[in-house]
Amino acid sequence: MGIISRGFHGRSRDGDVKLPPGQYLTHDFPVLSAGPTPRVPLERWEFTVTTEAGQVHRWSWQDILALPSVTPTVDLHCVTKWSKLGTNWQGVSLDVLLADVETAADYALVHSYGGYTTNLPLEDLLDGQAWIAYRYDGEDLMPEHGGPARLLVPHLYLWKSAKWVRGIQLLLEDEPGFWETAGYHNYGDPWREQRYQGD
Amino acid sequence: MTERDDAYRDGNSLAGPLSEIFAVDVTAAGGRCAHCGLTGPVATMRVYGSAEAMVGRCPGCEEVMMRLVRGPDAAWLDLRGTVTLRIPLPPD
Repeated sequence: MGIISRGFHGRSRDGDVKLPPGQYLTHDFPVLSAGPTPRVPLERWEFTVTTEAGQVHRWSWQDILALPSVTPTVDLHCVTKWSKLGTNWQGVSLDVLLADVETAADYALVHSYGGYTTNLPLEDLLDGQAWIAYRYDGEDLMPEHGGPARLLVPHLYLWKSAKWVRGIQLLLEDEPGFWETAGYHNYGDPWREQRYQGD
Repeated sequence: MTERDDAYRDGNSLAGPLSEIFAVDVTAAGGRCAHCGLTGPVATMRVYGSAEAMVGRCPGCEEVMMRLVRGPDAAWLDLRGTVTLRIPLPPD
């Protein structure tokens, strides 16, 4: 099942590629990290959703694999100006993971193994826009690209697609994450070129 | 959790970007890690990230000591992971 995330309707075929402003096309997959690559044994890996009331929903690695998965094909846009088009992933939609979560939250703070965080409005995680991805291009997701699992939210700059994801905290008030507290734009829409605070 | 050393540069790579902001060479300053207390030259930090966004980590505990984001017309310097910077100066 292929899903093209919204926000990429303007793109036509290679040779007439429409990129967000200021981006260039790359065919490799650059690796950028804010720290050492965490290595999490799968038997100890877990993903949690924590509500504003403190209720914790937990999934083990086996739990995640047992959920229905989809195979989105999406374009990636990094704030460092490279874009990579038509990338193939497999993962679980956040719609599935959040289906039974009772919350009045409007915001989410994503936490990663290794301590990274990033924030976004909860609505940007819903309606087929975001996944917990564990396979890339038909292979298990490599640690340097965020394996065993990363958030994939491709309609925003790639720093929002947290590698090594470990949980999502649902919040009534917005709480800026690792880069958002240090000059990066709070929302990060590549089509509006929201790279830095004030953009 | 970490099995191998990841690709990082040493703190000397901060010299150029920081010289834009400070009149002194900050990589020669002694930074004290807010997490573990280790004190050493900024040049000994482990630096991750891109030219636009650098993360300086403590060589002892790997916690973040410095974040430096360089936009087209501004820079953001986050030093909350550094308790103090001891900046050597010429004697009075």
